[in-house]
Amino acid sequence: MRRTVFIAGLAAALVLGTLGFGAGQKSHVANAQEKMLTMEVKIDNFSFGPVTLTVPVGTTVTWVNRDDIPHTVVSTDDSKTFKSKVLDTDEKFSFTFSKAGTYPYFCSIHPKMTGKVIVQ
Amino acid sequence: MSEKKKDELLNDHNHDGVDRRGFLKCMAWAGTGAFCVMKGGVLNSYSLSRISEIGTADMMGELSFVQISDSHMGFNKPANPDVAGTLKAAVDKINGLSAAPEFMLHTGDISHLSKPEEFDTVDQILKSATPKDVFYVPGEHDVLNDDGKQFLERYGKGSKGAGWYSFEKKGVHFIGLVNVMNLKAGGLGTLGHDQLEWLEDDVKHLKHSTPIVVFAHIPLWSVYPEWGWGTDDSAQALAYLKKFGSVTVLNGHIHQTMQKVEGNVTFHTAASTAFPQPAPGKADSPGPMKVPAEQLKSVLGITDVNYIQGKHALAVVDSSLA
Repeated sequence: MRRTVFIAGLAAALVLGTLGFGAGQKSHVANAQEKMLTMEVKIDNFSFGPVTLTVPVGTTVTWVNRDDIPHTVVSTDDSKTFKSKVLDTDEKFSFTFSKAGTYPYFCSIHPKMTGKVIVQ
Repeated sequence: MSEKKKDELLNDHNHDGVDRRGFLKCMAWAGTGAFCVMKGGVLNSYSLSRISEIGTADMMGELSFVQISDSHMGFNKPANPDVAGTLKAAVDKINGLSAAPEFMLHTGDISHLSKPEEFDTVDQILKSATPKDVFYVPGEHDVLNDDGKQFLERYGKGSKGAGWYSFEKKGVHFIGLVNVMNLKAGGLGTLGHDQLEWLEDDVKHLKHSTPIVVFAHIPLWSVYPEWGWGTDDSAQALAYLKKFGSVTVLNGHIHQTMQKVEGNVTFHTAASTAFPQPAPGKADSPGPMKVPAEQLKSVLGITDVNYIQGKHALAVVDSSLA
């Protein structure tokens, strides 16, 4: 079963690759790669899950608020890399990490809620 | 609902003849709907059902005001799908008090998401309350997205910084503090250097006999740091108030009543008019606590405060909306 899925996936990638050939193969392959690099952090019960997330460079991390109270996602590093608006229940915030490093963050409404994204 | 475990009597600086054990017993009753009246330094308690028997003169201190808190207008989840309705019930309760309060304090989280229409709705509902003057301090839900600009525009006239200020009523000095700005990761509520400097200056020339009432959103004592229920620099603020014979601290944020007496300072938190939260450590997180619909009003409430000139402690009484 897995082999079938693998072959299907490979075929899909090839199709996508050939479709984009005219527009510049590199960018489309990059897009396909980016699409795969998506990770989710769930916000619930006044906590980020997982608290520490380790991802490769280029990953887009999406925070989803599943709590019944609004929260924010605000980075606490020196350059204040990212800052979401207020996320009510079911709202999302995404950020793409293009540089390696450690990115601590917290919820600015409930500062005891902290998390970290490690980009390698 | 008083947290009897947390009540601590360290010293009795007041020497005002108040029977401390009676005071605490009374405060414990207050959570279930008792009414305590300070008369000649002694607290007498009456159950709410006997209120009509108490003479108005007995009930009327010289200054009477009400504290409401955490209306969270805009919240609409199962813990309470109608926060406007319960705020209206709180206003009805206020209007039903036999000693009409002169004004109201709102200790923050007026709105749930800092939306203009949420503030507008609260303003509209409070218009039908008998006390026309309302003094506000912001909660963390009131300063989202704009660093508190909207809160200042609406409620911060004459205030300093993020919205702190003081005023006098019948010889009682009221101080509104803001401890929900510039919160640091992993931290608690915070007052900040500028506000502390202002506070020191504000009370510097007041006579030690001036009763002080401080109101702020997040508790100014360490209720439960694990849940952020405390203020990291409140000790400094309280140090500036050490010289006063009577200090009453009124807070919100934790959506339940709790009190603590420490020397001259009585700390008190109010119930929310929107939804309750769990007692410290009794749940995974301090989120909205669901109760059966028919019990909701019994875990929401208002706080009535009376001050009789010449007496030390203010009589602080909670009553639920049930």
